Amino acid sequence: MKKLALLILVFAFIISACSNGDSSGGKGGEGGDGPVKLQFYFPVAVGGPITKLIDQLAKDFERENENISVMPIYGGSYQDTMTKVATAVQGNNSPDMAVLLSTDLYTLLSMNAIEDLTPRFSQSYFDGFYDAFLGNTKSGDQVWSVPFQRSTIVLYYNKDKFREAGLDPEKAPATWEELREYASKLTKADGSQWGIEIPSTGYQYWMLQALSLQSGENIMSNDGKEVFFDKPHVEESLQFYMDLGQKDKVMPSGTIEWATVPSDFISGKAAMMFHTTGNLTKVKNEAAFDFGVAFLPANKQYGSPTGGGNLYVFKDIPERNKEAAIKFIEFLTQPERVAQWSIDTGYVGTTKASYETEALKQYVADFPEAAVARDQLEYADSELSTYQNGQVTKIFNDNIQAALIGTMTAKEALAKSQEQATGILKQFQSK
Amino acid sequence: MYRVINRTLIVLLGILFIMPLVWTVLTSFTPSIEVITRMNPFSVKNPTFGNYLAAWETIPFLQYYLNTIIIVLGILAVQMITVTLAAYAFARLTFIGSSFIFIVFLVQIMIPPDILIFPNYAIMKELNLIDSKLAIMLPYWASSFGVFLLRQTFKQIPVDLDDATKVDGCKWWQTLFYVYLPSAKPTYVAFGLISVSTHWSNFMWPLIVTNSVESRPLTVGIAIFAQSFETGAQWGTVTAATVLVILPLLAAFFFFQRQFVDSFMHSGLK
Amino acid sequence: MNMTRRFSINWKENAFAYALLLPSLVFLVMFTFYPTFKSIYLSFFSSTFGAQSFVGFEQYARVLSDDVFFKVIKNNLILVIGTVPTSLLLAIYMAIWVNNKMKGNGFLRASFFYPTLIPMICIANIWLFIYTPDYGLLDKFLSLFGIDGANWLGEPGWVMYSMIVMLIWKEAGFFMIFYLAGLQNLPGDVYEAAKIEGAKPFHVFRKITFPLIMPTTLFCMIVATTNAFKLVDHLYIMTKGGPDNASNLLLFFLYETAFSFWDMGAASVLTVVLLVILLAISIFNYAYLDKRIHY
Repeated sequence: MKKLALLILVFAFIISACSNGDSSGGKGGEGGDGPVKLQFYFPVAVGGPITKLIDQLAKDFERENENISVMPIYGGSYQDTMTKVATAVQGNNSPDMAVLLSTDLYTLLSMNAIEDLTPRFSQSYFDGFYDAFLGNTKSGDQVWSVPFQRSTIVLYYNKDKFREAGLDPEKAPATWEELREYASKLTKADGSQWGIEIPSTGYQYWMLQALSLQSGENIMSNDGKEVFFDKPHVEESLQFYMDLGQKDKVMPSGTIEWATVPSDFISGKAAMMFHTTGNLTKVKNEAAFDFGVAFLPANKQYGSPTGGGNLYVFKDIPERNKEAAIKFIEFLTQPERVAQWSIDTGYVGTTKASYETEALKQYVADFPEAAVARDQLEYADSELSTYQNGQVTKIFNDNIQAALIGTMTAKEALAKSQEQATGILKQFQSK
Repeated sequence: MYRVINRTLIVLLGILFIMPLVWTVLTSFTPSIEVITRMNPFSVKNPTFGNYLAAWETIPFLQYYLNTIIIVLGILAVQMITVTLAAYAFARLTFIGSSFIFIVFLVQIMIPPDILIFPNYAIMKELNLIDSKLAIMLPYWASSFGVFLLRQTFKQIPVDLDDATKVDGCKWWQTLFYVYLPSAKPTYVAFGLISVSTHWSNFMWPLIVTNSVESRPLTVGIAIFAQSFETGAQWGTVTAATVLVILPLLAAFFFFQRQFVDSFMHSGLK
Repeated sequence: MNMTRRFSINWKENAFAYALLLPSLVFLVMFTFYPTFKSIYLSFFSSTFGAQSFVGFEQYARVLSDDVFFKVIKNNLILVIGTVPTSLLLAIYMAIWVNNKMKGNGFLRASFFYPTLIPMICIANIWLFIYTPDYGLLDKFLSLFGIDGANWLGEPGWVMYSMIVMLIWKEAGFFMIFYLAGLQNLPGDVYEAAKIEGAKPFHVFRKITFPLIMPTTLFCMIVATTNAFKLVDHLYIMTKGGPDNASNLLLFFLYETAFSFWDMGAASVLTVVLLVILLAISIFNYAYLDKRIHY
């Protein structure tokens, strides 16, 4: 009989385990007058104790607003977080707010997941942000998100290597011609040192977009329904990207892993690199040499796409949650917080007012490199963002890689990208 | 002569196989900057626990360990019951459609749940179980592999023993508990070890059905951690985190090496 | 007693048997059969974000004519051809030479077997660093001989080989165990006879050992082939299928299609394709190979 009792016990345990799972799978009650609970999905995309900073911000906010509690949920990389959010929305379990890539806008729109923020803030509030960052928040005239952790691409260069090669360490290459020339002087024939590294995994579309912006206009329309991958200036840019490795041999051939480029730069294997400003703090902390940061060299003009994440508010949540979320966004974008966030993480301050704060003024004075990204914003433009963004980006990425590894010419790669992307975007153009 | 050459080759091979582990452990004690500047990949000039501290601080390891342990044991506990019952039916009972049911079970071996990630995800969504440990466990609660393994063992138990207990007035579950379970102990151990090590390693399915720290297992936690750097590879911390994940498995392996090897051998005998 | 049972239907026993099978059957139906049929059904509908419409075989045509689909199938085949024979041969070799009581063999067995236990995700983390150009372990090793390593994961010509080597490292030890079990069941007297006749070791292996362990080989072959379709976790860490899908595999492509592109229809088609492939492998195994090895 004892055994039977045991068996029953085991079953009871299982059943209770099941019902536990059920309740944790669902979402807690949210109606009524109790405190508002904000589910805040957040990616951890850069090094450093980001989770701690966010937890702290949430706590500070809760202290000011006793009726609201913020629950940050860390989703991993941007892609993972987006997957989680999309999953939750699909499961009618929409989060209240999230930081997601600014380029996920159209995907979120086609899921009908996010709240229109245009009427929620004043025009002057939006005017406080740098224009380059606002690009990706809008579809047409409507604003759907607020810039939060934003970056651009800059050129990092090793001043010691410049001296070694007889170059002026205070003068970074300003044009493509100079970039080529410097890079070849900085390349060692035995392969122990490369002149330049432009990463080509994960974000190669971003790099090519930078080169294209330097050669002409942007590569997509601002309603997310059209791309211009096969324009001549894009081809010229891709050709340049390819030539650095294949013809000039100043960059490793094949694809160059995004994550190892900074290590290559810090270890002295690469004398220059194109990389996100988000890396500034890491390079500053780890490089044992004198380094400089500069605008990306110009072809016809300077140029770089912006990047990084924006704050989104979701649609399918109670009105009071929306109001609380708006409050939290206002809190996060106050000048002092933006300034501190920029200092702590290396992201570019998103508002003009943040650069007027004592903290950031002091920081920039001590570390002038931090201002380069901000100054480059004048020449910056929106990042590639379309409907079905994941798919379009993957197609573009794959074909760029095909060109970089030499299995396709620039023209073929771009024509193919254009054709495939147009095929995908067709369904949205009639709308 | 043959012996010497082959012995040398096999020892070299062994060293080659163990190398990645040795290197990982050494790297986990190396400061990040040293990793990329050192000439000899096995040298550690300034050994440090810093990577472990950093990894421990950024990843909620305790929570992830707990999640993984709950998931792994939760799967195993239910599997034990379903598998035992079904194996007993197959081994000892005659019933209509037994060969058809046998094929039904066989299908799960041909089409493991790992392949059905997309439709199963849709089912979990319908059941409103997304982001729960239960969602990770459910598809694995039936194990045809376990059923077949155990059926084989049960069949070798003499039927006379079965009948004898019946004469003594034992109920079927008493017979199962007092006769079958003890005689099949090695098989249970084998199945248990295989089940635990398989589900400890599982990644794709938990990645898809979990969102939060509260339900995520170790593998998903560490993958997300390793992928989360926009800024570049964090060799030291990632290797340290990796060591922390595999340590329990390796420790268990070195302590129970015999059982492990025997169990896996056992499972291969058809 | 058993004889009488065969001829009359014992309803009580039947009910009892099905009651015992029920718990397993519930989970099998819910998470193996229902999803299988659901995939087949959904594969005829085009759907992204809620909107669903019947398109019939059109979707199959679209997915199966895709370049990337062609590539992932090709890669999966390369993976099977690249990993299965090599890891089995290696496993036999290892099993034969650690199958005695010689000193150090316990350690050797352990070092061959431990990769099996490490989660694929952790293996990917480790091997990503091994393959990193210049300061990765492999390039450091090659530089001892003055060889410049390739961009192992960044060049389409290398990336599959790199993956294959890693998978062999992970799996060979697993199969070695089955061969160890197989070797222990071999008749000792045959070997004595061969020894007396002075047969060369390779000859003994080819004429005696290899045929005798054929059942183990076939079993391992099936497991290895199925694994080549199942193991994709490493792509998540190492290459995401790149460069230009040169290392992408069917299951990972399915994952991307379902959970990054949200193309539910295409994901269902890919699920069905994967089901068909795995069923074909199993049926080939049970119907054809199994008959041949029971001599």
